[in-house]
Amino acid sequence: MTTQVPAPAVVDVLAARPVVTPRRDALRRLRRNRLAVVGAIVVVVLLAMAVLGPALAPWHYRVQDLEALRANGNRPLPPLSPDHLLGTDQLGRDLFSRLLDGAQISVTVAVVVQVVVLLIGVPVGAAAGWFGGRTDNLLMRFTDVVYAFPDLLFIILLGVAFRETAIGEAMNGLLLIFLAIGLTGWVTMARLVRGQVLSLKESEFVEAARAIGVSDFRIVVRHILPNAIGPVIVAVTLGIPSAILAEATLSFIGIGVQSPRASWGSLIDDGTRWMQSEPHLVVFPALALAIALMSFTFLGDGLRDALDPKLRGRQ
Amino acid sequence: MDPVTHPAGAAGPLVEADGLMVHFPILGGILQRRRGSVRAVDGVSLSIQRGETVGLVGESGCGKSTLGRAMIKLREPTGGSARFDGRDLARLSARELRRLRRRMQIIFQDPYGSLDPRMSVGDIVAEPIQTHRLASGRAKHERVRELLRLVGLDPVFAARYPHEFSGGQRQRIGVARALAVEPEFIVCDEPISALDVSIQGQVLNLLIDLRRELGLTYLFIAHDLAVVRHVSDRVGVMYLGRLVEIGASRRVYALPAHPDTRALLSAVPVADPAVERRRRRVILAGDVPSPANPPPGCRFHTRCWLYERLGRPENCRTVEPELRPVGADQRAACHYAEAALTSDVGVVRPADAAPRDAH
Ligand SMILES: Nc1ncnc2c1ncn2[C@@H]1O[C@H](COP(=O)(O)OP(=O)(O)OP(=O)(O)O)[C@@H](O)[C@H]1O
Ligand code: SF4
Ligand SMILES: [Mg+2]
Repeated sequence: MTTQVPAPAVVDVLAARPVVTPRRDALRRLRRNRLAVVGAIVVVVLLAMAVLGPALAPWHYRVQDLEALRANGNRPLPPLSPDHLLGTDQLGRDLFSRLLDGAQISVTVAVVVQVVVLLIGVPVGAAAGWFGGRTDNLLMRFTDVVYAFPDLLFIILLGVAFRETAIGEAMNGLLLIFLAIGLTGWVTMARLVRGQVLSLKESEFVEAARAIGVSDFRIVVRHILPNAIGPVIVAVTLGIPSAILAEATLSFIGIGVQSPRASWGSLIDDGTRWMQSEPHLVVFPALALAIALMSFTFLGDGLRDALDPKLRGRQ
Repeated sequence: MDPVTHPAGAAGPLVEADGLMVHFPILGGILQRRRGSVRAVDGVSLSIQRGETVGLVGESGCGKSTLGRAMIKLREPTGGSARFDGRDLARLSARELRRLRRRMQIIFQDPYGSLDPRMSVGDIVAEPIQTHRLASGRAKHERVRELLRLVGLDPVFAARYPHEFSGGQRQRIGVARALAVEPEFIVCDEPISALDVSIQGQVLNLLIDLRRELGLTYLFIAHDLAVVRHVSDRVGVMYLGRLVEIGASRRVYALPAHPDTRALLSAVPVADPAVERRRRRVILAGDVPSPANPPPGCRFHTRCWLYERLGRPENCRTVEPELRPVGADQRAACHYAEAALTSDVGVVRPADAAPRDAH
């Protein structure tokens, strides 16, 4: 071929480097972000606690150590008591074991809520963005309505309306709460995905695929979805702390998790009654909650930077 | 023989726009009702012969990209027609159109936006081959390597991702992708304007070499008139969605017949100081009017220097000039093209230029 044009010297430097896939590049940048790494580690620990919780717990979360309680004059045991690392509550239940149960509830809430958010938000957003026009208008006005409706009111209404049904009774009423949180939370995801699809649809690489004759279906599967996934991952990660917080809030005001199960929110609520004399009953659950919220946020922020296509390839 | 994928023969232009229009709706209000339209392309007729390169210039936003895309049906025309090899693109079924896409391609301006960041270079170049089932397995990989070599890239880079390359290299990848289907016609939409000046020449030369070797037909869109002159057989000038002048490059550059062409040319620096001294430069006053609401009569009259010089003749404001012949192989849409032709704006006066034109 006569069209061989001498390639710039950059190419030779490139030849010596290992191939950097977008995923590897993102991981590399994530690893450089210390807060994000710490966040990721704590998240993994939290997940492990949730899954292994019952096996790790020295006590069952509902078992009362009445003997120790009596020996302490029927007052909650302080931290570092024998057999009770973080002490007990006023009923003699091991606080550490109850925190582990709380971790399980928090992780469950995170998973259920984000699954609901993804299942509704992604299809709605993708359809609105891809089809545009009337479909878009209809779907987006609907999301506006959902968005404008007060979340808490909606959750309480749902809770009341479905209390007697099978869903209402599943998992001690927890499933309903989680679904309700998810049903108020998908709007943001739908908007995000719509925006992504809208801008990707107009992107030149999608136009190039059209020019080549690639079918719409393949354009969506091969070009749009893979490129929309980064921001979705970030949104899911950053959505988890708000779901956990929502559950904790509901449990704190008494319409969430019911005794004997122990959500961090209801633990804080119980603890406030003893705040003066036994601050550990509030401090430890609050700490657990704060650490969980922060680590997901750090991880999410780190993922946002790592997955930002504009920063791709940067050191 | 398959009428879609095989050329009908040399008769007639390869690509043809006839009164082509592309109006984009302007939506407003909470109900997203149509408030008006952006007349991006507003009745353009243009035909391109096999093997020919037609350059297209004009200010930003005048509709060059939209016209280029509409000619290969990447934009839906709202009026007029676009034909390829004698076939009206609007009449093709989705399937026929997809097959016809083998024969017409596009190279984009932005070497960053036009490559899918999540696909390897090999996959990007292989996509057209797969889409049209031109080869598979080993043969496909061999073809990808061959294409990369053709555009001056080392085939070992097929495994790499776009973000690892420089702008010029990415543009070569885009060229390889366009060539993968062995097209006859390529819309080059400002293929070098986003590149570093130092590598613009390389990519331009690549496109020129490929045109010769592969017998390609180009619609070459550019901001830079010097570049267009270098590559085009004919050149067209657009203003606010209309073609205002078209003709053989040599003619249009030496004797522009539309005041807009002259204004554009006067903005280009000339190397020869003798010429530079003898020509007059004009700077167009004001902004380009909105394509949603083009001025009545001649669209250019709000900014036309000739209109001012002639004392604002009424027909410029009331009658829209059509493209009409103003010389051998040259047409312009101006009521006073003859006056424009003899002016000293943008280029040297024909009287002065005549001896220079001889060689
Ligand atoms: N998809 C679209 N929707 C609405 N308006 C559009 C769309 N594409 C282009 N336009 C408008 O149409 C007009 C012509 O745009 P076009 O991109 O064709 O101009 P251009 O001559 O290629 O400009 P440039 O030199 O900046 O590339 C502009 O006013 C632009 O804003
Ligand atoms: S028709 Fe009149 S306004 Fe239009 S370009 Fe010619 S002189 Fe200028
Ligand atoms: Mg353009």
